[in-house]
Amino acid sequence: MLSPANTNYYVKRKNVIIGIILLTGLLFLLRLFHLQMMDHTYKLSASNNVLRYITDYPARGLVYDRNGELLVYNEAHYDLMVIPHQVRDIDTTEFCMLLGIDRDIFETRLQRARRHSPFRASLFERQISKDTYAGFQEKLFRFQGFFVQPRTLRSYPQPIAAHTLGYVGEVGPEVVANDPYYRSGDYIGISGLERSYEEVLRGQKGMRIRMVDVLNRDAGPYMQGRYDTLSVPGDDLFLTLDHALQIYGEQLMQNKRGSIVAIEPASGEILALVTAPSYDPNLLVGRVRGENYRELQNTPTKPLFNRALMAQYPPGSVFKIVNTLIALQEGVINLNTTYSCPGAYFSGGISVRCRSHPGPVDMLRSIQYSCNTYSCITFRNTIDKPGFGSIQQGLSNWRNHVRSFGLGQVFGSDLPFELSGLVVSPDYYDRVYGSRGWRSLTIISLAIGQGELGTTPMQLANLAATVANRGHYHTPHMVKAIRNQNDTLAGVESQRNQTTVDPRHFEAMAEAMHLVVREGTGAFSRIPGIEMAGKTGTVQNPHGENHSVFVAFAPAHDPKIAISVIVENAGYGSTWAAPIASLMVEKYLNGSIERHWFEQRILEANFLNR
Amino acid sequence: MKRQLDLFKDIDKTVVVLYLVMVLMGWFNIFAAEITESNRSIFDISQSYGKQLLWIITAFILGATVLMIDVKFYPTFSYLIYGLLAVILVGVLFFGTEINASKSWFRIGGFAIQPAEFAKYATALALAKFIGDAKTRTPGWGLRLKAFAIIGLPAVLIILQNDMGTALVFGSLLFALYRSGYVGTSLLIVAATAIFLFILTLVINEFIIIGILAGITLVAAFVIRKKRHELLQLFGLFIILSVYVYTVDYAFENLLQPHQKLRIEVLIDEEVDLRGAGYNLHQSKIAIGSGGFWGKGYLQGTQTKYNFVPEQGTDFIFCTIGEEWGFAGSFVLVGLFLWLLIRLVNMAERQRSTFSRVFGYCVVSFMFFHFAINIGMTIGLVPVIGIPLPFFSYGGSSLWGFTFMLFTFLKLDSRRLDLL
Repeated sequence: MLSPANTNYYVKRKNVIIGIILLTGLLFLLRLFHLQMMDHTYKLSASNNVLRYITDYPARGLVYDRNGELLVYNEAHYDLMVIPHQVRDIDTTEFCMLLGIDRDIFETRLQRARRHSPFRASLFERQISKDTYAGFQEKLFRFQGFFVQPRTLRSYPQPIAAHTLGYVGEVGPEVVANDPYYRSGDYIGISGLERSYEEVLRGQKGMRIRMVDVLNRDAGPYMQGRYDTLSVPGDDLFLTLDHALQIYGEQLMQNKRGSIVAIEPASGEILALVTAPSYDPNLLVGRVRGENYRELQNTPTKPLFNRALMAQYPPGSVFKIVNTLIALQEGVINLNTTYSCPGAYFSGGISVRCRSHPGPVDMLRSIQYSCNTYSCITFRNTIDKPGFGSIQQGLSNWRNHVRSFGLGQVFGSDLPFELSGLVVSPDYYDRVYGSRGWRSLTIISLAIGQGELGTTPMQLANLAATVANRGHYHTPHMVKAIRNQNDTLAGVESQRNQTTVDPRHFEAMAEAMHLVVREGTGAFSRIPGIEMAGKTGTVQNPHGENHSVFVAFAPAHDPKIAISVIVENAGYGSTWAAPIASLMVEKYLNGSIERHWFEQRILEANFLNR
Repeated sequence: MKRQLDLFKDIDKTVVVLYLVMVLMGWFNIFAAEITESNRSIFDISQSYGKQLLWIITAFILGATVLMIDVKFYPTFSYLIYGLLAVILVGVLFFGTEINASKSWFRIGGFAIQPAEFAKYATALALAKFIGDAKTRTPGWGLRLKAFAIIGLPAVLIILQNDMGTALVFGSLLFALYRSGYVGTSLLIVAATAIFLFILTLVINEFIIIGILAGITLVAAFVIRKKRHELLQLFGLFIILSVYVYTVDYAFENLLQPHQKLRIEVLIDEEVDLRGAGYNLHQSKIAIGSGGFWGKGYLQGTQTKYNFVPEQGTDFIFCTIGEEWGFAGSFVLVGLFLWLLIRLVNMAERQRSTFSRVFGYCVVSFMFFHFAINIGMTIGLVPVIGIPLPFFSYGGSSLWGFTFMLFTFLKLDSRRLDLL
């Protein structure tokens, strides 16, 4: 056992430790004495100045189309701000008169601001007019605690592409709580590109520190502005959108419900993204936004609904493109495989009707005439192909092929809120029918693109682009380049995706789709001087008239544009969707329209009330 | 009844009073720092000051509980408590909640608990137990390494939570090791030199420093030119220091995370990043500096209200004291801490068991480090490292942690004649 004296061998070290503690304390007191008593750098001047922190809001980035046409810009306006604890002895009556508000409103707003923070600036009145601003500016010194904050608002020279551009609004409380960049009252992109490119567009806020005397007069920048920071404007976006094509598409879709999506196959760049009905993006700006938004929300035609990305339709006969390609890839048919068509597909007491067309069809003609019989036979052969062992495996295999076309999943494009569509797995049927309770005939409607299938207009346009590219697609995207403040352009690349089907089968499919427009179901929409390839679809709709669908690409042998058109409740694909697609293609490739009567017919059509 | 009275028998009254005064001062100042117009009651549970009252009351209960536990408990269960905390520290890495980029919290209802604060307590117990059991005044390298490992394990786990500030606190146990002979005076000097050269390197170009070192070496070499053996040591030292200076510069430029680099840069040159880290420091100095001698008066501060100074109620609580109570108040606060620390040192020295003495020094080490770093950063003497001011800063984990430590030591002290 060691005696206490022994364990305290290092007892003198106690003094070293006490020395360090005392020295630290002394150092602190000297420093504090210097800070608090000697150094006046850190004292505000004796006239009882108060520091006011004024946020310098940057202008959001501008948005241009692919040709440099301006789509979105900013306009200046002014917000009236208040710092509640600095408000004292103001002439409320005069104040309210200048602003045109009641005394009650004044009190409630002040209360609300105080609840938010007595010491931090709160918004008192949003976007005051230039006249009010002028009146205020003169008398501001009498309204202690109030000041004017310049802001910018979005503005749109043309009322187009509302869903794509999206809108900006005040940040919600949960964003403020989670992201230190935002303060209550800041703006943030809520939908569309404004949302997905928020961090690019918003720029960097600056901060000015001003001294304000007891009379609410600006006493100049604090410490000669050494602590001020300049705001940095947001970066500009150059879109892949062609604004002329977008305008034309929106015209063609007037008085209709549906969507047009046009993509440049070689790059995946979206040339036009039309949703109908749409709205004027200028409606969702500034102080009228809330009211207009509610009104749009209550409009029965649902103009806020972004059909191009979010409406999911069964693809109808357009889906035969996919099924036939899979059948070719799986080797259950070849180009010479021929089936006769008795006007319908009969099996096990089920019949799938077919429209009348010239007699036995091979693969090319089956697409040209959209033969249901041919599709049903090849689909069943694909699913029941010997070697899979079970229907579950057959369908799984088919589903993997389908998903390689970008169907049944989101692209991950740069636009928010795209939906995945629907391509169900065998589990779904197992749940509905039991694992032994279904066979290929049970799901025969998939053969003709009906049943448990959902595709968005963008997915269908991408399907056309995939055939145009003979087997691959680039992820569709809306932003071509970003221009930062140093004027340097940074291009945006998109991913190349390969389907599971061999390119030579695509070559055959492109030929078949060319036949569709040359002398098949789409012949009505031939464009003089342009070889277009396409596929019609007529989607059965349990709630009313069929949806008219068409996908196409052109020129057939050197595709520059791939397109999908859906017109809800309009009937056959060949009568409405195909003509609209042909007009879009003609407009894009030729720059003008020759078929005036053809165009007139579309512009006058109205399907809104069907 | 007799037993109840025994509870507080021989408890050091001075420390208890100092503790109560500091905790209550802390509470009033949190109220001053965080008060809002609509929540003017200091008892408002929805606000941090109301919550702090709950933390304080529970801390008192904890303190009393600690005093009730038999004094043999602590040396017996030291390692068990240490092991348990290590497991919890690993657990928080996987199941914890992230607050301010540090994944070091468990969230229970509206309250968040930071296990790292309790890890200090556990480490103090384990270190005291280890040194107490070693029963030697000249520990060999094996013992020293083990002692460092005891301190290093929780520190590394806390670094993994991305909470560098709290991890650094464990370095303060150097004092406890020093007093126990596990670290020599020379190492303390080396540590001080290392810190000095580190800061110097950041301020001045590394080659100039190496040049100065070379100059000093040459002069020294001239003085001791007759002693060949020492000459060799001198040149060896020069090479080591030069490599160190160069490494520090490299590490600073390449290895530190940007925010850590910035915190050191603003200290050296406040003009760097005036809106970010430099801004905080500047705002903190405005607040304290504007206090003058007598301060602006309780609840009359203008700069420490809301967002002018960040982390008002927690890490920068000293700003509120500096602004509203002025130099007078700051003086009192610094005085209180010095009084408490020196009292604790003297109490540690009167222990008869090594366990109690080492534990006492651990408490002193932690408390001193928190005090030095926290106040140092608000007045611009050390980099901004987010650790709380004991008893003052808002936060339950810190208050509970220090209460545990302090009252455990008070209990050990009250039974110092029974323990060997």
